[in-house]
Amino acid sequence: MTMEPLLDIQNLKTVFSTAKGKIRAVDGISLSLNAGETVGVVGESGCGKTMLALSVMRLIPANGRTAQGCVLFDGADLLALPEQKMREKRGRDIAMIFQEPMTSLNPVLRVGDQIEEAIRLHLHLPSGRARQMSIEMLSEVGISSPEKRVRDYPHQLSGGMRQRVMIAMAMSCRPRLLLADEPTTALDVTVQAQILNLISRLQAKNNMAVMLITHDLGVVAETTQKVAVMYAGKVVELADADRLFARPAHPYTIGLIESRPAGCARQESAEGYLKTIPGAVPSLYNLPSGCRFAERCAWAQDVCRHREPHLTQIEEGRFAACYFPQNMTH
Amino acid sequence: MTKALMNVESVQKEFALGGGFLQSRTGFVRAVDKVNLQIFEGETLGLVGESGCGKSTLARILMRLEEPDQGRVIFENRNIFELSSDELKSYRRNVQMIFQDPYSSLNPRKTALSMIAEPLDIHGVASRARNRELALQIMGKVGLTHEQAKRYPHEFSGGQRQRIGIARALALNPRLVIADEPVSALDASIQAQILNLLKDLKNEFGLTYLFISHDLNVIRHVSDRIAVMYLGRIVEVAQKNDLYLNPAHPYTRLLLAAMPTCLPGVKKQTAMIKGEAGGTGEGGCLFQNRCSYKIDKCLEHKPELLPSGENRWCACHRTGEI
Repeated sequence: MTMEPLLDIQNLKTVFSTAKGKIRAVDGISLSLNAGETVGVVGESGCGKTMLALSVMRLIPANGRTAQGCVLFDGADLLALPEQKMREKRGRDIAMIFQEPMTSLNPVLRVGDQIEEAIRLHLHLPSGRARQMSIEMLSEVGISSPEKRVRDYPHQLSGGMRQRVMIAMAMSCRPRLLLADEPTTALDVTVQAQILNLISRLQAKNNMAVMLITHDLGVVAETTQKVAVMYAGKVVELADADRLFARPAHPYTIGLIESRPAGCARQESAEGYLKTIPGAVPSLYNLPSGCRFAERCAWAQDVCRHREPHLTQIEEGRFAACYFPQNMTH
Repeated sequence: MTKALMNVESVQKEFALGGGFLQSRTGFVRAVDKVNLQIFEGETLGLVGESGCGKSTLARILMRLEEPDQGRVIFENRNIFELSSDELKSYRRNVQMIFQDPYSSLNPRKTALSMIAEPLDIHGVASRARNRELALQIMGKVGLTHEQAKRYPHEFSGGQRQRIGIARALALNPRLVIADEPVSALDASIQAQILNLLKDLKNEFGLTYLFISHDLNVIRHVSDRIAVMYLGRIVEVAQKNDLYLNPAHPYTRLLLAAMPTCLPGVKKQTAMIKGEAGGTGEGGCLFQNRCSYKIDKCLEHKPELLPSGENRWCACHRTGEI
């Protein structure tokens, strides 16, 4: 039985014109997501992971545009929708939570009013009923005495509470897809664990699909079933979380996993040095013609420097954009 | 045991909370609360805690950027708050700091070389020309090339800027380096490069580190001993392996349970991960509102940091029972 994916991104390209030239922040990405599934999108800063999410939401900054590809949500291309229809989708069917809850909440509105706004706009409920729902949402995300908290302003809440409010707002219309962009990066580790737990719980309850964008491999390992690793605008590896961590195929993924201290580095050298990825990410203004990772890669051959590899299936459930994928079973 | 390079003795620092009517004070927050800590020659002491626990304030006190309300910090048999201005200059040579944010901690209008040579000039280490030669040597040690010497901060990546910050801290050949979240702003692949560099430099120059971080994975990697801080107090001090394999304080246990690992499918004991750091507003243990082990005594008496085994200390009434 094949299930139609809820979100199907096909060959998406998002380009930006800047003073220094044109860059392809999202460069031909295909990714699909089923209802109830969590996919992790991992990569370092500037790899295009946030722009991928903003492209799906059609919220990219004004100097950017989606040049190619489509974003099928429930079979319909979001990129072809008129703006009015897209506004109805945002917040209702597809919600997004951001990294820094302080800058994403309106500082001069009470948090209750901010949650209610989404409910009134999308579900067309009268304000009394909307207020009641916003209280229910706050209690669902684990905020104590929610009937008092709805009257608080964002600055009266702690970082963890603000992120809970953001989640309450995002979840208020029971979206089918949640895009979570570094939802726990600004939070302390104990609060992070609680927020990730909360997202998983709400996901299971509503059979919601989640795209979790993060730079932290540890967060991905714990919360996602499928992982896409991004490098310089491209997905370089896509696999189930178990497979990805046990047998990473792309040299970049291997480098990321091995350079992580203690928690997951399976092999630190005897003298206690971490493995490193030499060099730095190439500038998007000046990308090499071949594989973008070639100059940092220990396995690179001539072919890597001349012809760019594409994401292909290397084994059951494992995809990599590499001519020499590692950790193969045969 | 090697001797203590620095001895922190019941240091306390309070800040007034403003924001009341006509900027009146509305209360006090005790950022650092009777902290006792020893830093031994040649070790890396990790200081871990969540945001707002006072770890940066403590670092600023040790750097003499902040005066404590109470307590002493002993370095080479002298209280650093009673030094004459000459002695203070020598103290600054011996104790240097690496900051978290390599973007805001560098002067955008100075070249890398002039920033690294500046401490050498201030302390009159050698002639200006010779100081520049020395600065170039240090740049080489931290992995920057001579061609980069004349560049300005905006021409460097985050990792390279942190290398400049490290070079500047090491220029005067200090004995103690206080590194306040030195890799938190860096990407994973760059983080490992900087951690390895810090390790190399420690071996080469015989440095002692106070390494401050909120990241338990990083702290575990770099430290010999670890101090855990919660709401201004040190709640546990232990050797690295003792702490990670056998945490004594309930807060340390909570932190370790919440620490992300790279093992897919490993479920956390989420039940114990609850609450957020914040004052209880009452007497007794500061951790009581989040603690799974609290007893009546915890509501009344604040536990002191007491020896709880060989080379380890814990501030909990139930040390040994739980």
